[in-house]
Amino acid sequence: MKQGIFTVTENRRLTPTTWLMKLSGEVRGISAPGQFINIKLNGHFLRRPISICDLSRDSITIIYKVLGHGTEEMTHLAYGEYLDVLTGLGNGFSRGDAGDKPLLIGGGVGIPPLFLTARLLDPKPTVILGFNSAEEMFFVDEFKRHGCRVIVATADGSEGIHGFVTNAFDELISRGETFTHFYTCGPEAMLRAVYDKVYKEAGISGEMSFEERMGCGFGACMGCSIRTVDGYKRICKDGPVLRTEELPW
Amino acid sequence: MVDTRVDLCGITLDNPVIPASGTFGYGYEFGVLYDINCLGTFSFKGTTLHPRFGNETPRIAECPSGMLNSVGLQNPGVDVVIREELPRLAGLFHKPVMANVSGFSPEEYAEVVKKLDRSAVSDMIGWYEINISCPNVHGGGMSFGTDPNSAAEVVRAVRWMTEKPIIIKLSPNVTDITEIAKACETEGADAVSLINTMMGMRIDLKTKRPVLANVTGGLSGPAVFPVALRMVYQTAKAVNIPVIGMGGVSSAEDVLEMMMAGAVAVEVGAANLVNPYASRDIVEELPAVMAKYGISRLKK
Repeated sequence: MKQGIFTVTENRRLTPTTWLMKLSGEVRGISAPGQFINIKLNGHFLRRPISICDLSRDSITIIYKVLGHGTEEMTHLAYGEYLDVLTGLGNGFSRGDAGDKPLLIGGGVGIPPLFLTARLLDPKPTVILGFNSAEEMFFVDEFKRHGCRVIVATADGSEGIHGFVTNAFDELISRGETFTHFYTCGPEAMLRAVYDKVYKEAGISGEMSFEERMGCGFGACMGCSIRTVDGYKRICKDGPVLRTEELPW
Repeated sequence: MVDTRVDLCGITLDNPVIPASGTFGYGYEFGVLYDINCLGTFSFKGTTLHPRFGNETPRIAECPSGMLNSVGLQNPGVDVVIREELPRLAGLFHKPVMANVSGFSPEEYAEVVKKLDRSAVSDMIGWYEINISCPNVHGGGMSFGTDPNSAAEVVRAVRWMTEKPIIIKLSPNVTDITEIAKACETEGADAVSLINTMMGMRIDLKTKRPVLANVTGGLSGPAVFPVALRMVYQTAKAVNIPVIGMGGVSSAEDVLEMMMAGAVAVEVGAANLVNPYASRDIVEELPAVMAKYGISRLKK
């Protein structure tokens, strides 16, 4: 973990509720895709933990959804404003187990941490992206631009497959496709469905990134612990990525 | 030159700054960030006889100038603390540490103190801080700290388990905190520390349900500082044993204010969670802030 002062260099709306922000500063504390940063905002006591979407030599890209006062406040941050940020938090995704046919499954605001993962994986993964509707879609073209095959599912059927990410997975499997490993992030209901479908039914092991309300974000307060088969784990420090084998589901 | 040293029950601290239990783990998370030997000492994570997972999540809710937590004393249990956590800490921290102990009966508190006191790592421990004020567990914790007789019973049980100083950590969720403090003093407590968190709750307007899975939690952070200061002031007047002040302390100025209210040392809690370097920063700023206000020494 590193603490640093970052400068806002971009902050723009992607969809009605989702924003992209670029922060420039020291990124050497970041060691893996799937890690997150923790941002201090003026007027708010706790920091805002947000996953890293993309990384360059001197900047971090995050994508955030406006859910409460803090994220609403973030939309007002202008170019050149300074932010106190903790970087390099959490374990992140491991790329060593990807194999030759990796699969990425992202739902909504769970998609961002998969982007850097996709960019770093070789061979390129198949990517299933789930959204509520076409209006809420973001980053589909960015994944494609980096050589990923992208399959979109929308809950209302306004784009791609009508249904959930698991319906998209079913289609791939019914065509006889196989995968070596999967990476996923999204709402817990989606994670549970993916766990049942992809890990339990199809027998593919994978890594799942979790979200939880956090106090500190670096393992001190025990505010975000969950039970695993290896005892309790802190989502912020031992996670946010847990392996399918660790979950007591 | 100013002198930041203070005396805590016969042990000299280089400065009065003590990270509070539950915000500093067993020191390791912070020991990798900075040299934690700059601290006066720290109070390690509340330890119970048996391992505890704690409450379900969400355990954290933000508040104006503070936060609620309902962690519920998650800890690996005293045996693992003795076997793993304290030996690991020994490589990082070379001062006496404050051992924070919790329980669900007077016998349990006594058993944890006994195990720590008779362990191979007991030399590392300078004081026992007995938490009779955790608001997030049922049938234990705070139920001992809200009644003078129950508080006295816990002090009696742990008192004869050790010759090291015993500090009783008090709850603000009482009508008169000085009554509890006096009961602890009568039974032989060497000091009291206050305040633990104040019970509160939040409701999520979207789900129309409490934010915390445990419904209620303990409020900490700058929001509670004036209340804590008032209670430290009242307690320091009411008892003749040392008082450790805590509750929303986030700066060297807050430390001095607590000490002027009667505290001999000061614990820093929630501030560590927002700024991992908060306690170190307070230690570093303290001499200059003392000089600014014409304070040359802190020892009572």
